[in-house]
Amino acid sequence: MNYSYKLAALLSGVLTTAVLVAAPVEETLTVDEVDMISRAASAEGHPLPEVISGWHYRTDSTRALQTDSFENGGMLGVELGEEIWNTVEGTEGKSCASCHDDAAVSMASVGALFPKWHEESGKPINVELQINDCRVNNMGAEAYKFDKGGQKPLTAFVKHQSHGQPVTVDLTEGDMQQWWEQGKELYYRRTGQLNLSCASCHEKNNGKYIRADHLSQGNVNGFPTYRLKQGNLISLHNRFRGCIRDTRAEYPAAFSDDLMALEVYTTWRSQGLSVETPAVRQ
Amino acid sequence: MIRKLVLSAVSGIVLIGVVAADVTAPGDVKVENLGISVALTDQPGDPAEGRKVFANRKQGNCLACHANSDLKDQLFHGEVGPGLDGAGSRWSEAQLRTIVVNAKAVFSDATVMPGFYSLEVGENVRKDLVGKTILTAQQVEDIVAYLTTLK
Ligand code: HEC
Ligand code: HEC
Repeated sequence: MNYSYKLAALLSGVLTTAVLVAAPVEETLTVDEVDMISRAASAEGHPLPEVISGWHYRTDSTRALQTDSFENGGMLGVELGEEIWNTVEGTEGKSCASCHDDAAVSMASVGALFPKWHEESGKPINVELQINDCRVNNMGAEAYKFDKGGQKPLTAFVKHQSHGQPVTVDLTEGDMQQWWEQGKELYYRRTGQLNLSCASCHEKNNGKYIRADHLSQGNVNGFPTYRLKQGNLISLHNRFRGCIRDTRAEYPAAFSDDLMALEVYTTWRSQGLSVETPAVRQ
Repeated sequence: MIRKLVLSAVSGIVLIGVVAADVTAPGDVKVENLGISVALTDQPGDPAEGRKVFANRKQGNCLACHANSDLKDQLFHGEVGPGLDGAGSRWSEAQLRTIVVNAKAVFSDATVMPGFYSLEVGENVRKDLVGKTILTAQQVEDIVAYLTTLK
């Protein structure tokens, strides 16, 4: 056995050991000197003892990218969102700012309090759909199609105004409790040829590796997230669809009742964690 | 002429070999005492082929969930399931066949291990996969032959 062979054997031994160290890292998340709540006591009735941000499950280098806004590629999307916020569009000659002025004030808690009950439609509404509602009814502009136009950057800009605030969802309004129930049902429903549910990966096996991916709790407090793989912002419903597709199932349309229910339920599961938008993920 | 006859006789045999390969359909597989003692095909499993199917991400993708020292040249072994070193000593061939065909029959309905030769699958299966198993009967036999070598 020559030296380099020995070294290779040694390295592969080290590698196996490294793969087995799977606990979420014990560190605190500070972004631009703002302390984030990245671990929180879970809500009553939550199946997990503690809610942990997906940030803790990522590699050192990915985590580092989120601690400094100049390094976070998602901030370019947020800046683009700010431009869109101030751009006049549609037949009414208005921009978002025409009605809402300074987003730092008017949108201060929106990212932490959505999705919420929407009386007019008799359904929950998320930030993407609220933006579309304003575009159609107040600006005389067209609704953005899913993930198109300014939808992702504008959503990221709006949610970023709540950066650091704990996620909260009010289930007492309207029929929110019923949507929560439906979302829960979906969360545990096994789908696809691989016969897996959200819980199979994110509840039963969080903290473990599935091939090269370190499974997190699947929390939603960082969306839209900046994914290094795509080099772009990724919306929550896109992530839902991707995870469902990976079970080899047909996946529901974005903003369908199924995915809205799942958003209500997973937001409840993520309660207490700071809004991290735009979080950096692999 | 004689030569021609011989040739066609030979090709006839090959043809029969392909067409008549006896394959048990997923719905006809019988589990007794946690084991499936009858092979799913009449062609013996090939461990070398099974090793490939085990590692292939589009086929078994077993490494997604299981570590296996025999494949340590491959990066990233998952840890959702137990490591498979020694699986061939812990389980009989018939049991290994059941685990791969339909793990629920050995563990419980709660197991996250997919059934690789079962039509008891989740809801809303992708349209092009409806009625299809993840692996073919022969791939299952190959993987089982491979697993028995993990002593
Ligand atoms: C086969 C395994 C698997 C299943 C089933 C699965 N996911 Fe995921 N999910 C992953 C992986 C791998 C990642 C990326 C690593 C991580 O953050 O856990 C991920 C990431 C996520 C994220 C992003 C977390 C973050 O911090 O950015 C969310 C949200 C999520 N999943 C929700 C769901 C929901 C809801 C379901 C069910 C509809 C689901 N997942 C089903 C494997 C799965
Ligand atoms: C999505 C995850 C997953 C995949 C993919 C998977 N398994 Fe498993 N497997 C498990 C789990 C989990 C167990 C343990 C049983 C339990 O706790 O439900 C298991 C148990 C086993 C066992 C028994 C282990 C022991 O030593 O007791 C064998 C053998 C096995 N799997 C083989 C395979 C093979 C071969 C493949 C690929 C064709 C495969 N598994 C794919 C999750 C998986």
